[in-house]
Amino acid sequence: MADASTDSAFVEFQRVQKSYDGETLVVKDLNLSMPKGEFLTMLGPSGSGKTTCLMMLAGFETATNGEIILDGQPINNIPPHKRGIGMVFQNYALFPHMTVGENLSFPLEVRKMGKSDREAKVRRALEMVQMNDYQGRRPTQLSGGQQQRIALARALVFEPELVLMDEPLGALDKQLREHMQFEITKLAHNLGITTVYVTHDQTEALTMSDRVAVFDDGRIQQLAAPDTLYEEPENSFVAQFIGENNTLEGVVKEIKGKNAVVELDGGELIDCKPINVSKAGERTRVSIRPERVEINKDRLQEGVHTLKAEVLEFVYMGDIFRTRLKVAGNEDFVIKTRNAPDQRRLKPGEMIEIGWLPDDCRALDAG
Amino acid sequence: MSDTTETGPVISADGVPLKKSLRRALRRQKLRALGLIAPLLIFVLIAFVAPILDMLFRSVENQIVSNTLPATVEALQDWDENSGVAPDEPVYKALYFDMFLAAEAKRHTRLGSRLNYEKTGLSSLFRSSGRRVDDLGDDYADAFEDIDPRLTEAGFWFSLMSGEGEKNEDPVASSRRRLSGVADSWLFGEVGFAPSQEITQLLPETTRAYSEFAVFTALVDEDVVAEEDPWEAVYVALALDLANADLSSYSGPGIETLRMAQENLGNLPIVPFKDFFEDIDDDWVDPEYWQTIAVFSPSYTSGYFLNSVDLQKTADGIEVRPENQRIYMMLFQRTMFMSLMITGSCILLGYPVAWILANLPMRTANLLMILVLLPFWTSLLVRTSAWKVMLQQQGVINDTLVWLGLVDDASRLVMINNQFGTIVAMTHILLPFMILPLYSVMQTIPPSYLRAAKSLGATNWTAFWRVYFPQSVPGIGAGSILVFILSIGYYITPEIVGGTTGVFISNRIAYHISSSLNWGLAAALGTILLAVVLILYWAYDKIVGIDNVKLG
Repeated sequence: MADASTDSAFVEFQRVQKSYDGETLVVKDLNLSMPKGEFLTMLGPSGSGKTTCLMMLAGFETATNGEIILDGQPINNIPPHKRGIGMVFQNYALFPHMTVGENLSFPLEVRKMGKSDREAKVRRALEMVQMNDYQGRRPTQLSGGQQQRIALARALVFEPELVLMDEPLGALDKQLREHMQFEITKLAHNLGITTVYVTHDQTEALTMSDRVAVFDDGRIQQLAAPDTLYEEPENSFVAQFIGENNTLEGVVKEIKGKNAVVELDGGELIDCKPINVSKAGERTRVSIRPERVEINKDRLQEGVHTLKAEVLEFVYMGDIFRTRLKVAGNEDFVIKTRNAPDQRRLKPGEMIEIGWLPDDCRALDAG
Repeated sequence: MSDTTETGPVISADGVPLKKSLRRALRRQKLRALGLIAPLLIFVLIAFVAPILDMLFRSVENQIVSNTLPATVEALQDWDENSGVAPDEPVYKALYFDMFLAAEAKRHTRLGSRLNYEKTGLSSLFRSSGRRVDDLGDDYADAFEDIDPRLTEAGFWFSLMSGEGEKNEDPVASSRRRLSGVADSWLFGEVGFAPSQEITQLLPETTRAYSEFAVFTALVDEDVVAEEDPWEAVYVALALDLANADLSSYSGPGIETLRMAQENLGNLPIVPFKDFFEDIDDDWVDPEYWQTIAVFSPSYTSGYFLNSVDLQKTADGIEVRPENQRIYMMLFQRTMFMSLMITGSCILLGYPVAWILANLPMRTANLLMILVLLPFWTSLLVRTSAWKVMLQQQGVINDTLVWLGLVDDASRLVMINNQFGTIVAMTHILLPFMILPLYSVMQTIPPSYLRAAKSLGATNWTAFWRVYFPQSVPGIGAGSILVFILSIGYYITPEIVGGTTGVFISNRIAYHISSSLNWGLAAALGTILLAVVLILYWAYDKIVGIDNVKLG
């Protein structure tokens, strides 16, 4: 699944396993390698093992088995304070008894840096997050977004090559979160830092990352760039977890080169691209994105199968229309159409015919 | 907003000022809240505030001298304390009548004990004088009997003093006040006697003495005044009066007898009061004793407080006590020092325990917390006695050390009945008061702070010292205040394991309350202890800020 060790890898997990109780594995056989300067997001539902991986990398948890390598050095036995990894915590973990300036100067002090150097670096770090005027304040006197910026500045002030972020934007409101997503990405790229970012918010993962590792059940389900992840999910978990998705279940009828025909449980036939199926007779779950469903028959290819659908609900959302259909017994089949001048506005009860490009419909595992 | 731009008070919808209607709306709520706390409030007032105020009052109160010897105290005003000679005759005359009354009311010993706190010897002086104060009057009474036997008859005296014509209520009223002061409680009831106006003017001393006799007889002994023989002091007073009285214009009952007595005044064995008291005890002409009485005659005194800090009040002003009588400053210092030691040991022992409790999973922490709380469910006496068993020279620890050969049997360690024993036992007893606030403060410190510090490059120790410890200081503060204030007033444990070198000031307070009965001194010591605690609290608030103290 994930590629094996490469020479250019900066961070590497090799067959890492983690168990807390000796009975169940929280992380199962994790292999991951990151080049320098990459922004990698670990995405997954809670309990999927992503935070455990981050903590093992930071040194707060030890791997039960396997090797973690940082810049060519195995770090399993190096204590956290010697790893030189910057970290931003979920609740910022700004020291409440120190001012903003003291918080930032703390990592420099423990590195026995001179006073003037410290002051210059603290100033530069605060400038970086546009918080110059807040040096003398206490963390409790700052808003959530400001605390977030300070936490970021503190993780960067000692110029680490690797920064870990554990759901750093979880406590912010939506607008601020989007703004900070942009700022963090910009900062990381400008400074050329390698970043490992943990989140359970898929939008965050897609907008910020170079690559995303989707975690479930202690494994990386897929590790890919955001567009690949969205458009070409490798299994039904990823397809479900990333973005909105329609699924239909059935059995493979035949596979012809790049295309396959699937017979749905209701007897209808559809065209799709075989991903996790190899031969006729296998059960499969097909996945199609709402925006890739075509309701205009003229735009479809000649000879493709179409499905009859009943409109159940039409929601006007401004830029798009979201329509819920009943297709082949599935009442949660959603399509999204762009609000264009010539676009039809469907009415509940209307019967329509839908279809899609075979490439957009992916026949995945049965789940 | 509307067109009302005036800056007057805000008006609510019905035209009443908003503040007023808000107050009205909240009044019911306030009354209900007050009703709910009323039982506790009353209980605290009665059981806590009132005793403390009473204690503060007792530490300066000194009415016993002026209540028991009012005339003497008044007469002493004219005496120069620093003259080096005993006072003159008027003081001894006042002393005779005061002492006689006090002896009749059996209050002279109490005054003796009170003054004995200030000067040793006064207690026995008062006791022996009380016994012999009757003698003088007996001689006078015998002499009067020889002149006319009627002079010793109850009925004759009653009719003589009642006289004829207008009555004077004042002597009885003032005697009632006077005796109430001596008896320390107000005397109610009918006396059934009042001297006439004429006799009051003619025989002032006798009227006063007889009125006192009458009030005492009627209200304390509950007898009929007319049927009781007068006190010996009445004869002494009569002798004084007859020496000056002009009997020519008086015609009331018993006048002939009085005239006869005046004519035969020379037959009376009149001795100066001073000689009489000198005869009882030489100390009565010792100016030092009179100085003590004079210095402690005001109703309020700083004497107890001076005593509490090893000073004393003398005629020359405030002086340091002789070295062999200094004890309280040393005890205060020892109490402070040992309380600090106990607080320090509690921090040292309690901090790691609280840390472990705060970092364990909830279930395990709760289980261990029961172990911390276990001492609370055991009697204090049992715990202290257990330490006695452990620490004594034939105790568990010494036996073990001897058995191990670490200590020679002949030189067993002395670990009890000294400061060491007190500190060990009290640290054990007060430890939960340190652990609980520490634990509840530590619980609120998220573990992510330590992780953050380590990720920033701090070693375990730096992370603890620079990040964790400062945040746990409020817990240390709360625990230290609790432990220190508790230990500064501790009593039972030092009493049992402290011996002589390990006792606290509170043991001395207890001694004065229950053994020496010097409640004034006990109150002064207690007041000083209270003041020390308040000052420490104030200083702590100034330095650390009491808002930073968290109990949970």
